[in-house]
Amino acid sequence: MTASAVQELLPQITMDPSRCLGCRSCELACAVAHSTSGHLYGAISERPLPHRRIVVEQVGEVRSPVPCRHCEDAPCVSACVTGAMARDEPRGLVLCDGDKCIGCGMCMVACPFGAVWHPPETRRAQKCDFCLHLPSGPACVAACPTRALRLEQVSAAARRKRQAALARLLAGEWPAPAAPGAGLTGEGGA
Amino acid sequence: MPDKSRDPAALVLLKKAEREGIEVAWDRYRLQQPQCGFGLLGVCCRNCNMGPCRVDPFGEGPQKGVCGADGDTMVARNLLRAIAAGAAAHSDHGRDVAETLLGAATGKAPDYRIRDEAKLRRLAAEFGIKPDGETPAGLAREVAEQALDEFGTRKGFLHLINRAPAKRRALWDKLGITPRGIDREVVEAMHRTHMGVDNDPASLILHGLRVGLSDGWGGSILATELSDILFGTPVPVRGRANLGVLKEDAVNIVVHGHEPILSEMIVQAAQDPELVQYARSLGASGINLAGMCCTGNEILMRHGVPAAGNFLQQELAIVTGAVEAMVVDVQCIMPSLPQVASCYHTKIISTSPKARFPGALHIPFSEEHALATAARIVKEAVDNFPNRKEDRLLIPHEATDYVAGFSTEAILAALGGTLNPLLDIIKAGTIKGIVALVGCNNPRVPQDVGHVTIARKLIAEDVLVVETGCAAIASAKAGLLLPEAAELAGKGLAGVCRALGIPPVLHMGSCVDISRILTVAAAIANALGVDISDLPVAGVAPEWMSEKAVSIGAYVVASGVFTVLGTVPPVLGSRAVTDILTRAAQNLVGACFAVEEDPVKAADLILAHIASQRARLGI
Repeated sequence: MTASAVQELLPQITMDPSRCLGCRSCELACAVAHSTSGHLYGAISERPLPHRRIVVEQVGEVRSPVPCRHCEDAPCVSACVTGAMARDEPRGLVLCDGDKCIGCGMCMVACPFGAVWHPPETRRAQKCDFCLHLPSGPACVAACPTRALRLEQVSAAARRKRQAALARLLAGEWPAPAAPGAGLTGEGGA
Repeated sequence: MPDKSRDPAALVLLKKAEREGIEVAWDRYRLQQPQCGFGLLGVCCRNCNMGPCRVDPFGEGPQKGVCGADGDTMVARNLLRAIAAGAAAHSDHGRDVAETLLGAATGKAPDYRIRDEAKLRRLAAEFGIKPDGETPAGLAREVAEQALDEFGTRKGFLHLINRAPAKRRALWDKLGITPRGIDREVVEAMHRTHMGVDNDPASLILHGLRVGLSDGWGGSILATELSDILFGTPVPVRGRANLGVLKEDAVNIVVHGHEPILSEMIVQAAQDPELVQYARSLGASGINLAGMCCTGNEILMRHGVPAAGNFLQQELAIVTGAVEAMVVDVQCIMPSLPQVASCYHTKIISTSPKARFPGALHIPFSEEHALATAARIVKEAVDNFPNRKEDRLLIPHEATDYVAGFSTEAILAALGGTLNPLLDIIKAGTIKGIVALVGCNNPRVPQDVGHVTIARKLIAEDVLVVETGCAAIASAKAGLLLPEAAELAGKGLAGVCRALGIPPVLHMGSCVDISRILTVAAAIANALGVDISDLPVAGVAPEWMSEKAVSIGAYVVASGVFTVLGTVPPVLGSRAVTDILTRAAQNLVGACFAVEEDPVKAADLILAHIASQRARLGI
């Protein structure tokens, strides 16, 4: 099975900044998902506190979480000198082996999305692991109250965009009104 | 669906709602998942327009709001505002009853009469009013005016705190939390939580206790006492509870909300021979009145009117397709009711100028024309009977007998006029203690499971359980409010129940009637010459959801009673606040909160507390 065929099978986390309210529920859910207790009330009293691996950023009027893209040709993997950061091919994910990581920080330098960083306690690279330990999938997606974050096939996302574009064309609404975050966003639809 | 309710009637109607595509609270609860973590922890603030702000409980995001308030301040301020809202609701209820009493005394509310003159005279004496030569109307006017003065009194303290033991009052004075006026404490709570006023969690929480005390020993206690004077002090009365009390062949009217002022009149109007005859002319067997939530409790305590259910059953009552009208006043009425009713023939009739429901028929209720308005409301219901859709009808069979009406006076009467027999059996350990089991339903937990599990476990261990509100209706449905339920009690409690002919779980009324429990606790402490915090008593709210419950928790703990909460309050985002509530409060007021979601473990906590209190008293 080739890498591109695998990617067709795996859903990805997509963001729609036009739907993001900046509530940061995804950040909280991510930290809880990576806590020992696995629930909010327990997680806040753990020491060290569990860390989020997704952060909501704002540029101008646009807000959006910026999660790891699990790149096909991942710069963090290329930059890693120990092989700690590696692609998990069958699943199409970029995962970090904390035991191999020496904390050099080259992955952080290389990542174009700022999706990898060190927590102060361990000084080892930490990033999105797609919540592989949760049967329900990535906690950030489940926590998003507006569906700004979704888990979907790349092909399904593209189809959703094509249909939205066609609907606008038919309604005579082309070019589309400039939406916040245009260019990043998938259009509408629940 | 056992995760939704332990009540078979609720389960039957939940299935019907699902079949018919009706959305109810449990569905909406599911759609809200997962709920906002900042909100659950209490670390968000919308008190000014520099915000909204929130503090990251995991330490990586902001730790302060724009103004500089940290998570401790935010949590404490939010808690105080919740207490203030709850106290406001109870106290405003009390004010309405006081105004009705004044109207009854001055002729402005001609349909109301003094039903318990003896209690009026006792309360007048308590207020220092000389009864000599006064007519009941004259006395009622003076009592009502003094009661209304309590809301804005300038004498520095509320009058009825005099019922509390001297030790307790001295403690309140020392801590500076003696409530100074019912309205004042709520106003001050809003002031303190305004941007840039009180930022100290301890100071905010102490004021929260004072606000709570202004509810428990102010608004709520007046609501209870004045309702008894106007509508009669409850005595044990038999009735039936659960949705099976709705009748297939009758015009069914459900009164829902909190204040007895309207529902008492509906009780009268529903018996009007002309209206009953009108109902028969339309093919109904008669007019069947049933209660929901605390309006239900008020009329079941005084008239044995059947209770259709507790908080989570309000939508399900409509789903039966058998309710011609649901008449609502204030508090705990779901905004969804007109939407649910629109799928059936049910009319939602709102009556309070304070509570409008888009989609409902509004018939404004006024004390001046009380009975006439009530008759108009009943006629609307009867008019609606022919619109009933027989193919949509499903009334569950469940209806359980109950005995309710255990006012303080009724308990004293059962004991032969004095508390001494109760004190003796507590000292002897025949009854180990008394627990107030109160509060709401909450779709976070399966309906009634918390209430019934804890009540059954406590009575089995010889603890007398006293209840109000939706907790009491849960016990009614589960058959625990019957003298026969003594067989579920431990040997000691069962013997006492059989000797006195009382149930092991006593229904003491609506949620404002927790003031009855305070009065009894204070009287026991006074009789023993100790403080309330020395008694083998506890409070528990297994399924609480409302801000009123937060206010109740504040006054119960501030009055010296250890209290267990079954659903987690939004305070855990602050270690300082959590520590004050669950630990430091013990040193301040001799009681604290505990949070325990597992009802079996909650009962264990209570039993351990009662055992340690008994040990401390040396009994």
